[in-house]
Amino acid sequence: MTRLFASLRIALRALVVNKMRSALTMLGIIIGVSAVIAMIAVGSGAKARIEEQIASMGSNLLMVMSGSSVSGGFRFGAGTTPTLTVDDAKAIQTEIPGVKYVSGSVQGVAQIVYGNQNWSTVVTGAAPEILEIRGWSLSSGRPFTQQEMDGTAKVCILGKTVAESLFGAIDPIGQVVRIRKIPFLVVGVLSPKGQTTWGQDQDDLVFVPLTTGQKRLFGMAFPGMVRTISVQALGPEQLKTVEIQITDLLRQRHRIQPNQDNDFSVRNLTEVMSSAEQSANVMSLLLGSIASISLIVGGIGIMNIMLVSVTERTREIGIRMAVGAKGRDILLQFLIESLVLSLAGGILGIGIGMVGTVILSSFTQWPTLFSTEAILLAFLFSGSVGVFFGFYPARKASLLNPIDALRYE
Amino acid sequence: MGSLIQVEDLTKVYRFGEVEVHALRGVSLSIERGEFVAIMGPSGSGKSTFMNILGFLDQPTRGQYLLEGINGERLSRDELADIRNKKIGFVFQGFNLLARTSALENVELPLIYARVSASRRKELARDALSKVRLAGREHHQPSQLSGGEQQRVAIARALVNEPSIILADEPTGNLDSKTSVEIMGIFQHLNRDLGITIIMITHEPDIALYAKRDIHFKDGVVVDDRENPSHISALEEGQA
Repeated sequence: MTRLFASLRIALRALVVNKMRSALTMLGIIIGVSAVIAMIAVGSGAKARIEEQIASMGSNLLMVMSGSSVSGGFRFGAGTTPTLTVDDAKAIQTEIPGVKYVSGSVQGVAQIVYGNQNWSTVVTGAAPEILEIRGWSLSSGRPFTQQEMDGTAKVCILGKTVAESLFGAIDPIGQVVRIRKIPFLVVGVLSPKGQTTWGQDQDDLVFVPLTTGQKRLFGMAFPGMVRTISVQALGPEQLKTVEIQITDLLRQRHRIQPNQDNDFSVRNLTEVMSSAEQSANVMSLLLGSIASISLIVGGIGIMNIMLVSVTERTREIGIRMAVGAKGRDILLQFLIESLVLSLAGGILGIGIGMVGTVILSSFTQWPTLFSTEAILLAFLFSGSVGVFFGFYPARKASLLNPIDALRYE
Repeated sequence: MGSLIQVEDLTKVYRFGEVEVHALRGVSLSIERGEFVAIMGPSGSGKSTFMNILGFLDQPTRGQYLLEGINGERLSRDELADIRNKKIGFVFQGFNLLARTSALENVELPLIYARVSASRRKELARDALSKVRLAGREHHQPSQLSGGEQQRVAIARALVNEPSIILADEPTGNLDSKTSVEIMGIFQHLNRDLGITIIMITHEPDIALYAKRDIHFKDGVVVDDRENPSHISALEEGQA
């Protein structure tokens, strides 16, 4: 302990004596570490945003879309032909075991009016379970009841953005809004989810009961048609089987021949998002490794300076050996010196990296996230760079012959 | 147990490629506890090689060297460092103090490697500095001290570990004659009053007069070894 403390003091003195040189050597490490910190913060920020997105979309979610329509040789996008029905939704619910909730839905853009305020938004008609399926919670009020579903009641639940645009400070619960000129009673307001990664406002929407949507708002060509069916599986491991079972079930119900294409499509949104998450992971790994290269370059700087230092202080090493320093005492002294350099550089680099990241994200609006693990990792990494690149010069010093070292001019 | 230092047929050959240089060609002598020996001789006579071997800094090619019965022949680098640390104090011509380091810390240096605790180190180092009459200069750095004072710090460093011998290689080589006498006074004080064995290389005959025994080297052999008949005592100047 005495020995370690003494070595530490010797090392610190040597570094303080050569202030300019120590500072420049540290600069390499500072740049490396701050780059690592900033890059990891940007990478994990993007990743966190995507994870948030997955959670806000609702977990274990499958979307069944009605098929594409063909008109004069042009194929339109999914959902342009009404091929799904409420009965399809019911069949999925009753016949497939891995399913937790199912809701058919219809959708359209509508103008909503309250007093002298009006707002255009997407209105979704869906079953009460839609809130569970899509991971919505209510900040006030209540969900629809089954009676309101059955009775095509004129009730609605507003997203946060819609509620604020129409009502401002007034409590919307119990108020009446007009959707496509039809009066609706506001029974609930959703808790906000914020923006998606691509900047879309998720809170700009209105829910009404599915039957109300079908019959009163978006007159359907055939009764019971839905545009999409949202299905929540019991768990992530059931997703794949449920997806296959839904496809089989709907092909059977729609009487599709084996050589015919589906008139619907099933999308596993979690899968889509997790591939986005994977690419974010790859991105942060890539950024991190590029930053690490600069840290290694900084380490080479340390080695360079330590070699110069060992040569310069050959005589000092000789004196120390003559009065009884063993090889490992000298080794420890120089190793501590490079360790102090790299760790001090590491701590400064972490500070500068964090400040830099905050400035960067305030300019670019990129999401950033600092994690204790990343900071700890950068600190340990800079320490090991110091030990790794300091070892060779320190060993060289420890192997000097005391007579030659004493004679060195 | 025999003499403090027992040297038997000591031979050292350096090889520079094809060329062999015989620095020592069979030196045998013994030095007793409490002696003050001056080793004289022209440059190239092998006296420095002899000192390096006595100081466990170098190994003989042939022959045997025993310090208090210890043979350094088969010892590792670390074991040799330990012996230097505990049994030998070095004083060099160029002082060889650590720059930008206080006198006290310079004197503490051997104690650091002897794993002495910090408080005990301070105490011993202060004690050693007062033995060379530098009490009150503990916190001066080498650049703030005169040549004579620097050499006294070096002597304090050499004696702080209570070694069996102090080896001084041209200790007055960089000093003026007045300061040289001062340093000799210190050596005589340590030798006479504290019983420390001192072996000193010098090429100045008037400095050798302060020792009790003169050994002359020439071409790697001892040509003369006798008691100093005209041994003189330094006027101990600067005494506090």
